[in-house]
Amino acid sequence: MPLASAKPMQKINRAPSPLLARTVPPLAIILGSVLQTLPLIASAPILPPLGFLFLLAWRQLRPGLLPVWAGLPLGLVDDLFSGQPMGSAMLLWSLAMLFLEAIERRFPWRSYLMDWFVAAGVILGYLLLGSVVAHVGKHGPIATVLTPQLLLSVLVFPLAERFIATCDRFRLWRFRAIS
Amino acid sequence: MAPPNTRRTGFSKRAQYGTFFGYLAAMAGVLVGAAVLLFSILNKDAFTGVRGMASDVVAPAGMAVSAGREGVHDVGTTIYGWFTWGSTNARMKRELELARVRLIEARAIEEENGRLKALLAMRQDMTAKGLQPVTSARLINSTASSMRRFATISAGRDKGVVTGMPVRSPLGLIGRVLETGEHTARVLLITDPESVVPVRRANDGLAAFVQGHGDGTLLVRLISLGINPLKPGDVFVTSGSGGLYHPNTAVAAVMRVTRDGAVARVLSDPSTSEFVMVEPVFAVAAGMPQALVPVSDAALGTAPKTKAKPKPDQREATD
Repeated sequence: MPLASAKPMQKINRAPSPLLARTVPPLAIILGSVLQTLPLIASAPILPPLGFLFLLAWRQLRPGLLPVWAGLPLGLVDDLFSGQPMGSAMLLWSLAMLFLEAIERRFPWRSYLMDWFVAAGVILGYLLLGSVVAHVGKHGPIATVLTPQLLLSVLVFPLAERFIATCDRFRLWRFRAIS
Repeated sequence: MAPPNTRRTGFSKRAQYGTFFGYLAAMAGVLVGAAVLLFSILNKDAFTGVRGMASDVVAPAGMAVSAGREGVHDVGTTIYGWFTWGSTNARMKRELELARVRLIEARAIEEENGRLKALLAMRQDMTAKGLQPVTSARLINSTASSMRRFATISAGRDKGVVTGMPVRSPLGLIGRVLETGEHTARVLLITDPESVVPVRRANDGLAAFVQGHGDGTLLVRLISLGINPLKPGDVFVTSGSGGLYHPNTAVAAVMRVTRDGAVARVLSDPSTSEFVMVEPVFAVAAGMPQALVPVSDAALGTAPKTKAKPKPDQREATD
């Protein structure tokens, strides 16, 4: 995929920095995890789980870039900020990575629409299981709270992908001169 | 169109093992995550330190954002107010006149109250010292995507904040401190499904509990069941039983009456309050720490963990 080719910059004698190429994906996901707490003090869960959306976006735009086990360390960071019980994202993100791997095995050729549907299904499962985990032993008003958040998350997902694609272009920026 | 799987390992043993161990690690990740989750559900105080450190790290960013947040919230109100200022102004003038008179009457009643209490030789629980807030702080952030409702404030152990202290804004109760970090503290908002606040109706003292509903509203549960006496517009204030919250802090107003209680609106919406006050635990400030349930040892600042931990449910119900 010619990703960096659209940029009008000098490419001859330049190479992407290996440091950036490795650190940008996890940093972007951590940024999403922190960001979901910041912009507003909400009295109900309304924001999409940004960290998780970014994880899905990296996984779908660049399959194989994040290792299959990336859900564990990145989920740990998300747990620190999300307010869910510790371990919830560690478990659910790992499961999501394995699930997407299985989908890729089953359907090697996918349209964008199918990718979006798969992401919507994964987000639905994530939000449902997350709310179950947060309310262990209690019955909460799950449908009324989750539906707006789910709709917003599914609709925001292409934008999250767009953002991650920008990050990806930045990741492979050829600015290191080869002497 | 996704590319075909380019991660076929081919004949390279190294690549094959790499993929294989990647899957093994992912499975192990699932197991580790499940174990940590189970541990943190069974033991709610675990990981407090780590989370405190994490919120300390992002606190500066939160401070920067929180200053702008109130401004953004105000935009809609400002535009709306521009259209309605005439009628609002007239109404507010009328209300102000009434409020002035009421205030003077209330002062007189307060004085009489003090005299009567002195006559009865009752303990003045609200001494000047007891009313002093521990500190005031900024609301930095909240968990906007999780079902649990926590917020972070910009004061921690360094300002003397300890677990259990009630947090309020000028408009009413916001929540109570659940975990403390060095410079930040995590607050359980009253809209959290696990938060239970003992309240009474402001005008006649009808006792009830207010429980979070998870979607930003509160559920009012009456203590004595029977004919539901609630009406839309009833205001509930804290009753002070349980020893955590100071009595007479505004909490909620009834929106809709249900069969055995009511759905209420939070009076002090945390999204519009930038600064909050952390108050001392009521029982401690009133000089009767023995009235506290044993769980709140930490709230006394002594924290001898000798007593057996009660079940989480018990703890929530008692405070």
